[in-house]
Amino acid sequence: MGVAIRVFVLLLFFSSTIPTFSLFEDQVGLMDWHQKYIGKVKHAVFHTQKTGRKRVVVSTEENVIASLDLRRGEIFWRHVLGTNDAIDAIEIALGKYVISLSSDGSILRAWNLPDGQMVWESSLQGTKHSKSLLLLLNAEVNKDNAILVFGKGCLHAVSSIDGEVLWKKDFSAESVEVQQVIHPLGSDMIYVVGFVGSSQFDAFQINAKNGDLLKHKSETLPGGFVGEISSVSSDTLVALDATRSILVTINFQDGNISFQQTYISDLVEDSSGMAVILPSSLTGVFGVTINTLTLFVRVTTEGKLEVVEKIDQEIAVSDALLLSEGQQAFALVQHGGEKIHLKVKLGHNWNSDFLRESIEMDNQRGLVHKVFINSYIRTDRSHGFRALIVMEDHSLLLLQQGEIVWSREDGLASIVDVTTSELPLEKEGVSVAKVEHNLFEWLKGHMLKLKGTLMLASPDEVAAIQAMRLKSSEKSKMTRDRNGFRKLLVVLTRAGKVFALHTGDGRVVWSHFLHSLRKSEACGYPTGLKVYQWQVPHHHALDENPSVLVLGRCGQSSRAPAVLSFVDTYTGKELSSLDLAHSIVQVIRLPFTDSTEQRLHLVVDADQRAHLYPKNPEAVGIFHRELSNLYWYSVEADNGIIKGHAIKGNCIGEVLDHYCFDTRDLWSIVFPSESEKIITTVTRKLNEVVHTQAKVIADQDVMYKYISKNLLFVATVAPKASGEIGAAMPDESWLVVYLIDTVTGRILHRMVHYGSQGPVHAVFSENWVVYHYFNLRAHRYEMSVIEIYDQSRADNKDIWKLVLGKHNLTSPISSYSRPEVVTKSQSYFFTHSAKAIAVTSTSKGITSKQLLIGTIGDQVLALDKRFVDPRRSINPTQVEKEEGIIPLTDSLPIVPQSYVTHALKVEGLRGIVAVPAKLESTTLVFAYGVDLFFTRLAPSRTYDSLTEDFSYALLLLTIVALVAAIFVTWVLSERKDLRDKWR
Amino acid sequence: TLTKLRFSRNAFTNLEREKFENLLQGDEFYRIRLPSNVLSPPGRDYIISSVKARCLPREGLDEHFVIHTEGVNILAVNYGAPGACAYPRQLKLPAKWSFNSHTVLKNSEQAPRTPVFAEEIVGVENPEGEVVMPPERSFWAKYWMYLIPLGLIVMNAVTQAMNIPEEQTAGQPGSQTQQSAMQRGQSPAVRRR
Repeated sequence: MGVAIRVFVLLLFFSSTIPTFSLFEDQVGLMDWHQKYIGKVKHAVFHTQKTGRKRVVVSTEENVIASLDLRRGEIFWRHVLGTNDAIDAIEIALGKYVISLSSDGSILRAWNLPDGQMVWESSLQGTKHSKSLLLLLNAEVNKDNAILVFGKGCLHAVSSIDGEVLWKKDFSAESVEVQQVIHPLGSDMIYVVGFVGSSQFDAFQINAKNGDLLKHKSETLPGGFVGEISSVSSDTLVALDATRSILVTINFQDGNISFQQTYISDLVEDSSGMAVILPSSLTGVFGVTINTLTLFVRVTTEGKLEVVEKIDQEIAVSDALLLSEGQQAFALVQHGGEKIHLKVKLGHNWNSDFLRESIEMDNQRGLVHKVFINSYIRTDRSHGFRALIVMEDHSLLLLQQGEIVWSREDGLASIVDVTTSELPLEKEGVSVAKVEHNLFEWLKGHMLKLKGTLMLASPDEVAAIQAMRLKSSEKSKMTRDRNGFRKLLVVLTRAGKVFALHTGDGRVVWSHFLHSLRKSEACGYPTGLKVYQWQVPHHHALDENPSVLVLGRCGQSSRAPAVLSFVDTYTGKELSSLDLAHSIVQVIRLPFTDSTEQRLHLVVDADQRAHLYPKNPEAVGIFHRELSNLYWYSVEADNGIIKGHAIKGNCIGEVLDHYCFDTRDLWSIVFPSESEKIITTVTRKLNEVVHTQAKVIADQDVMYKYISKNLLFVATVAPKASGEIGAAMPDESWLVVYLIDTVTGRILHRMVHYGSQGPVHAVFSENWVVYHYFNLRAHRYEMSVIEIYDQSRADNKDIWKLVLGKHNLTSPISSYSRPEVVTKSQSYFFTHSAKAIAVTSTSKGITSKQLLIGTIGDQVLALDKRFVDPRRSINPTQVEKEEGIIPLTDSLPIVPQSYVTHALKVEGLRGIVAVPAKLESTTLVFAYGVDLFFTRLAPSRTYDSLTEDFSYALLLLTIVALVAAIFVTWVLSERKDLRDKWR
Repeated sequence: TLTKLRFSRNAFTNLEREKFENLLQGDEFYRIRLPSNVLSPPGRDYIISSVKARCLPREGLDEHFVIHTEGVNILAVNYGAPGACAYPRQLKLPAKWSFNSHTVLKNSEQAPRTPVFAEEIVGVENPEGEVVMPPERSFWAKYWMYLIPLGLIVMNAVTQAMNIPEEQTAGQPGSQTQQSAMQRGQSPAVRRR
């Protein structure tokens, strides 16, 4: 009891001494910024006129539902659903609820329109995987304002008032692939149409009031169907036959199904290529694309097809918008040079345009992908239109009256990779006037601050001080600063656009939509993979601009050909790009640069060949010198094999390629497939700096950290326990962790956690690795630490050896020597589940480290590394306490002040990046997900600089006062002396 | 689980010896392989491991195996010299062409359990609801900040009290006479100027 109290008191004492990162309320926004995004818009629903407020509700590919202000594009409210809760459709019901269908049509939610509160949620059960459809029924049909939901093979009618399921009809027994649910206007029938197999067309007629099946007809088309169905009117559909050369018009009036076939070649001369029906809902007209050609075809009342328009260009079509009394309008967006042309047409009158606008468009946005239109009544009672367009780079724009009203860079919600770049050096020769002006401003500012500190400032002045601190021009300058706080964050988004963000205020300095990552005929589905620093000029090529390397591939598979692109980070111009013949599996950044400071990169392709970049003879020369010391590893997670590789020699092929190298396998580790499955591999960051290898412990003893760049941390779990938490019993789940030397394949450490399972998040730094997993026995998350120490240097402690030169400190280390290492490890409970773990890094590695843990609440928690120390013991001795060892506790403390993100949330957090600043005490932290957050951290406080709030004026004033006092007292003493002498 | 594993090491044939010498000349890799499953070799795949050939020769050919097993499976084999392999690897032919093997079999060790302090935490929570009194501090520890100024004031007062009587008793009459004498002495001089 007494011991416990003492431990508790000690703990309190220590927790009060540990420097925690925390902010005062008025410091928010001084060195951090936060940006909110929503991602690429999938659906948009405009508010109806009645609700008055000008808003649009959108759902996005990042699983976000948001309500945007139509005037400025700001977010009113926003909900980020989970990563596997993809939104299928949204609608507005009853004029006050937003209905969202998600998770493959199994979760239906209603959100309150004005404030985004969830009103109800109902989960719909089903057995089969199927298309998900959402349809609103009109009020006159159903008093409950039912919502029709088709998902998981079942049709549900759900009341939009409370989300209760009114009736349910299961289609999974009929083995029908339901394509559409059609509800003719003003009728109380619903038609459910779909295919059975590939050639049978089925139509079900259902009573909308109670879900009774009234009629079921089916008909077979010998040719078979393929792809989408487009509904042309309430009883006519258009589909493609299996050869994609015949358009089939399906009429299912009164339960009689009839087909009518029209060859595409009858409609258009050049009909070779894949025909695809556009998913749109226009009455009487549908669209077909054949290669780049888009046809709009009208279906006449007799079922005849006639082409109304041919457009040989990329085009975006909106859904039909009901204007008034059966009048329908829709929009077409086309590109023409620097402009885009928006055409609004009325449904019955194709030949004339109702509205035609041309808008200047930045070509950095690519093609128009989607368009949504909304009408409003102008003052002269005519219809005006506004169009929301989604571009290829995922940005969202609102067009009205031939102008871009606002635009949002929502591509930043899907960042793939981040790197940093320095800003240009400050130019010499600043004009005197500027200095004087600045001096005056500076003095004024400091006087204000002084007033603030002396509590003399009026409320107005306090506000002015706050505004001045937030809008300090110093932090958003486009030049390098002495402390290295100002940098460019170069980010690559999923759309293939590269943005440079200023770390001072987070604004987009430049953005470039890479040509090599745009969809083209050569490259169907380009994906951006990585962005690396390519050229960091510091020694030889100071006058050149730094550049980054963007890596991508044409397609989803790892065998797809690779694309390289080089972008200047000052201007954002693409310097050059390469379309490679080989694929890209792995990129190895070599620690060598050529004479123009271009870093050597080795790209390993799917055929295990290594390709050297940049392609110049000098690089090959450097590479050949280091050839024998080059090793790398590859992880085949599906096979459970880790392999080590080295270069064998130049490629053997028909053409001699100096930049291509064959590789060979050096070692392999085969995990038994029945008991282990690789889930996580982590290595140290290549650019990490370690200040000292020696660690002086309590009793004046030294331990040597085993600092090897070639360590790999691997976590494997039992295959049974690789799924969700709770899927496996504690007895049949285990987690095995390995520390592997990647040069020789040596397993340095291997440890089993019985009764534990993934997901494992880990971070490796210096000589330690910290990982986070779930302990099934304790029903809690745990964090474990492994520290690895080198024993072979342990006998260097003898001072005489050092004096006589008998130590082995200067001998080169070879991985082929047998390592003598000891590991220490310890586990702690941790309350949160983690989304990402990173570690702070500083320029010299002296400052103590903090773990940055992205919690499930989308915040970033800074946890001092001292808490996850394997040497913590229950009763540390006095010397150990002096060393800074915290008494052992079973769980890690979560101090609310240590949330780096303070009150903000980084929705959909995916990654945390820590970059060292030039100032040793400080590290820059960038967290990204749907939102972006940036801040500056000082894990051991800013011991090497004055804070920004430091009042220079007060210091100056004190000095002036002191000097004045010296003079006054001097004069006084002189006078007194004189008086004394006169006496 | 596997407790004993017996395996044999074949000596080099002449041909192999020549090949090994070539490896030594070129500072190349010497590679070994093992089946990944002991009961049904080769299992899923062979496990390979390699070492720079120049690390091995000493007196004979010294080698060191660490075999990591999991049940009947072999995960990995760490192969190399038993001691250090100094980096600028020198070409050295072995005196004896026979292997001198050391083998270690390793299983995975169990991770240390997370410490649980359930009872101690209960103790601290104090079931009776009593407030744990902080240990009584001494008088000085509590009131030193008041005592020191008080002491200073007292000392000040004392010194003043001691000074005043002294001046009144001894200093006052003497100084008066001196002053008057000085005044008398000075005034003629002033007048002279």
